[in-house]
Amino acid sequence: MKQFLAFVRKEFYHVFRDRRTLFILFGMPVAQILMFGFALTNEVKDSKIVIMDQSQDRATQQIISKIEASHYFKIQQNIVSPKQIEEEFKKGKIKMALIFPSNFYNDLMHLHTAEVQVIADASDPNVATTVTNYISAIILEYQHNLNLNLNLPYRISTEIRMLYNPQQKSVHSMVPGVMALVLMLVCVMMTAISIVKEKETGTMEVLLVSPLRPMLIILAKAIPYLLLSFINILTILVLSVALLGLPINGSILLLIAVSTLYIIACLSLGILISIKTSTQQDAMTISLMGMLLPTVMLSGFMFPIENMPVVLQVISNIVPAKWFNIIIKAVMIKGLGFGAIWKEVLILTGMTIFFLVVSLKSFKIRLA
Amino acid sequence: MAEYVIKAEKLTKKFGDFTATNAISFEVGKGEIFGFLGANGAGKTTAMRMLCGLSKPTSGKATIAGFDIYKQTEQIKKNIGYMSQKFSLYEDLTILENIHFFGGIYGLNNQQLKSKSKQLLHDLDLEKEAKKLVSGIPLGWKQKLAFSVAVLHNPAVVFLDEPTGGVDPVTRRQFWDMIYEVAHHGMTVFVTTHYMDEAEYCNRISIMVDGKIEALNTPSNLKHQFNVPSMDQVFYQLARGAKRIE
Repeated sequence: MKQFLAFVRKEFYHVFRDRRTLFILFGMPVAQILMFGFALTNEVKDSKIVIMDQSQDRATQQIISKIEASHYFKIQQNIVSPKQIEEEFKKGKIKMALIFPSNFYNDLMHLHTAEVQVIADASDPNVATTVTNYISAIILEYQHNLNLNLNLPYRISTEIRMLYNPQQKSVHSMVPGVMALVLMLVCVMMTAISIVKEKETGTMEVLLVSPLRPMLIILAKAIPYLLLSFINILTILVLSVALLGLPINGSILLLIAVSTLYIIACLSLGILISIKTSTQQDAMTISLMGMLLPTVMLSGFMFPIENMPVVLQVISNIVPAKWFNIIIKAVMIKGLGFGAIWKEVLILTGMTIFFLVVSLKSFKIRLA
Repeated sequence: MAEYVIKAEKLTKKFGDFTATNAISFEVGKGEIFGFLGANGAGKTTAMRMLCGLSKPTSGKATIAGFDIYKQTEQIKKNIGYMSQKFSLYEDLTILENIHFFGGIYGLNNQQLKSKSKQLLHDLDLEKEAKKLVSGIPLGWKQKLAFSVAVLHNPAVVFLDEPTGGVDPVTRRQFWDMIYEVAHHGMTVFVTTHYMDEAEYCNRISIMVDGKIEALNTPSNLKHQFNVPSMDQVFYQLARGAKRIE
């Protein structure tokens, strides 16, 4: 045990003396959370739009004031000719134009249906879809209010409720993703590199000749990163609650428990990589290309897995972050208990055991 | 049995079709400095790795300090020290931290660590540098420090794999003084080298060619046997016959 502690202490010296390591360990999570939380959001705020109101009546005034009141849009100016609209789009200054025809109010009052034209700049399709959705929502709401007074029979209106994330804040889906990413980075890459480094500098041989059991060497290497990842989780959670206003709906204990499981899965993956490679560069490349990319692309935190081609959907199943993402969303945002996530937990546990068994086997072969 | 600290009998290691070491047999006594020579690729490192328990022999027998290399690797590891040709201390740890770490993994207690490291720093005249990072001290010092660390736990045998590579002649001489010192106190030294002047310092040397030990005797007997004036020529005569080319 004393030998083990001496080893762990040495590992901490390594970590704290290397500025790059320290930066990745502690700077990265904070930077990621801030970046994903504030800068990289799916929400489109303050889009500049122009309105061409040819009707100029009570109804259009009400709709326009509703648009103005929302923080999604900034009305640039009121425009009188269609030509102007095209010019504005070409200048690239506006995202959308809204056109009320001159008979808007008449139609609405007498025919009970009126048309409004929405033109959006679809050179960025995501933004275009989002802003048109926002405007439709505002107009629908207005229409809904009108109907309350009119008391028309047989009208089906959909009432949409966004569960768990009523404001559709992208932060909610980002934070679990960032946690998966940061832990992946810290655990897989850092562990892999720290073990391979010993091989490269020749100190691993000295360790293997020493009475320390190989198991203990690996364990002692992993423990500092386990602790540091733990601190990272807490940092990310505190930051997301305090700065980004993210609610933690489920049990914090369960959240920490599943995160620990994910950390261990990542650590064992890092150990596996370190055993299979012999230079730091290899370890780094494999961790980055083989782990980081799938974590970003295939874990479902940036791009929905359901929309991917079947091949990618199948591949996504072997990405640990995918399962972690599901688990953490269930616990943190939906506030579900263990009963809802036991399957994913089981898969992650299975992966961990697989990585560890393969690692231990290969490590022994190297010794023979 | 008891006087031989290392005893190898037809020790063989095959990698597939390739026989790295071919049935080598030798004994090394207590306090002996045993030189293990051979051209690159002759099988020295493989033989050494088997004796250290890093590699399992394909066939043959060997004991280190009386312990069997198949079954008692744990005990062997406690009784050997090892210093490899690559520098084997941690560059980002201080001298003192390195001493404490290696002492620690060999199970020395705090009191032993304290007295041993004090003694070691005094012997190497490194007391003032104790808190400096190893990366900042000259190579010669590092090698001497690595050797001291390798024998810190007072093992029965210390294995040195080309310990003086790249070190200046003065430091090499000092290094060998340290080797004589530990051997004088009864520690067995098993050393590989490419420097023939160093071979002369050994009590006995063996020369490996193509996985086999082709010669094993004291330096003066070998020179006599091959009828040449220097170890250089002994080595050259033997290694010339080698078929393996790296």
